[in-house]
Amino acid sequence: MYKLKVVDASKIFRRDGQEVVALQETTMQIPAGRFVSIIGPSGCGKSTLFNMIAGLIKPTTGKILLDGQNIVGKSGYVGYMLQKDLLLPWRTILDNVILGLEIKGISKREARKRAQPLLERYGLQGFENNYPPELSGGMRQRAALLRTLLYDQDVILLDEPFGALDAQTRLQMQEWLLRIWEDFQKTILFITHDIDEAIFLSDDIYVLSQRPGKLKAKIHVELERPRTEETLLSDEFRSLKQTLLDLLREEPRENGTT
Amino acid sequence: MAQPEKKRYIEDEKKRQQRMKRIVFGGQIGLGVLVIVLWEVLTRYEVMDPYYWSSPSTIYETAKIAFLEGTLWNDLVYTSLATLAGFASGTLIGSLVGLSFWWSAYYSRISEPYLIAFNAIPKLALGPVIVILFGIGFFSKVMLAFLMTVIVTALAAHSGIKAIDKDLEKLLYSLGAKRRHVFTKVVVPTTMPWIVSSLRINIALALAGTIVGEFISSRQGIGRMILYAGQILDIDLVWVGVVVLSILSLLMYAGTVSLEKLLLRGQEPKQ
Repeated sequence: MYKLKVVDASKIFRRDGQEVVALQETTMQIPAGRFVSIIGPSGCGKSTLFNMIAGLIKPTTGKILLDGQNIVGKSGYVGYMLQKDLLLPWRTILDNVILGLEIKGISKREARKRAQPLLERYGLQGFENNYPPELSGGMRQRAALLRTLLYDQDVILLDEPFGALDAQTRLQMQEWLLRIWEDFQKTILFITHDIDEAIFLSDDIYVLSQRPGKLKAKIHVELERPRTEETLLSDEFRSLKQTLLDLLREEPRENGTT
Repeated sequence: MAQPEKKRYIEDEKKRQQRMKRIVFGGQIGLGVLVIVLWEVLTRYEVMDPYYWSSPSTIYETAKIAFLEGTLWNDLVYTSLATLAGFASGTLIGSLVGLSFWWSAYYSRISEPYLIAFNAIPKLALGPVIVILFGIGFFSKVMLAFLMTVIVTALAAHSGIKAIDKDLEKLLYSLGAKRRHVFTKVVVPTTMPWIVSSLRINIALALAGTIVGEFISSRQGIGRMILYAGQILDIDLVWVGVVVLSILSLLMYAGTVSLEKLLLRGQEPKQ
């Protein structure tokens, strides 16, 4: 039994009378509790795929099954986090984190009580009553992820959450994310175009090709957990990186455009 | 040989700022006093004709009499209440109209040109119509103040709506939000700085609307007092009206500033 199945899902837009294929028919089967990365050049339809799974746009063909139930066009069934932290600047960190619970109809007081220990445990103690602009990029992403986590869905989509952070903070955040993933046993889908990040974090890596986006390969990462900075220097890591680099290099480049 | 002690020069930011603040404040007071003194002196020595320019001391004496008789108080309360009622209702309804544009892109786009056209009408020119429609009483003044403020606020709120981050809406939907959640948790707070930025202009506009309403036809109010004083050529009393209105306007402005702080709680007003 797979947690999340994407069955022949595709997305075609019509722009100026011309059909633009954002994502060709794609099938994925993701078991519960996996950490899965999706990697590919920009414009390969990664975000389109996420928007479809999150129910924010409807696929042109195909189905999205969560626990066997079709969730096409239904939002709110999976957690979703974007590259921008999207914290509401007029709310404190604590009140940002409880946003999902509030929408579910849980009282502010109760929601705060539930969120408080999470903030303390995951590196935001002392920042509860600060406003987002007062925090560093890394801290804001932590808050944004905790918000998604507290919404309490089994599947969480992360769209390049650490893309805007510097290398040092990034590594810290990756380790932090792995800790959370192990504690909460969520199924995580993670978009990135950083190969190191994909290998470091994932059980499986899906490689998508350039537009029109198409699933090109699925790589299983057998690196032992828990992974640390040393993992990044191991031979296994390097050979996986080579494989992925080769896969991405085969891409025919468009001339002059990105 | 004894070394001469080195002189140390330490920049003290706090002291410098305090000094600057003191000088600025002193200068502001000084300038005001200077203007009043000049006015008094120039009119006393008839460099400026005291018949037209009156003088601070005469204005003070005339105001004292008018206050003691009680009529100025009544007029002041009348004008203040009409202004505040027009300001409050105009701002509130204008905000609601502006916010309502978020609910439908069609509705918003269809009505926008009309909103702009309505904004272009010189509302004060409608004064006589308003007075005929609503009578010469309190309500017609409120209506004029309301008309002066409502469209400005609606347009400000509409700008706020246009500036909403689509990704924020997306995020809320991904958290299972319905439209009403997005409205209360994102749309209203995002638009608030725009609405608030229109408050300061609105209070002045509302006062102008009320005064014009009183000019056209009224039994009470500072506007009517000024008009009456002008008709009987009591120019001192006209000046009393102008000074009282200026003070009223300043007080209302100060009130608006505290209202802004209350509504924004940390956010900055936007244009």
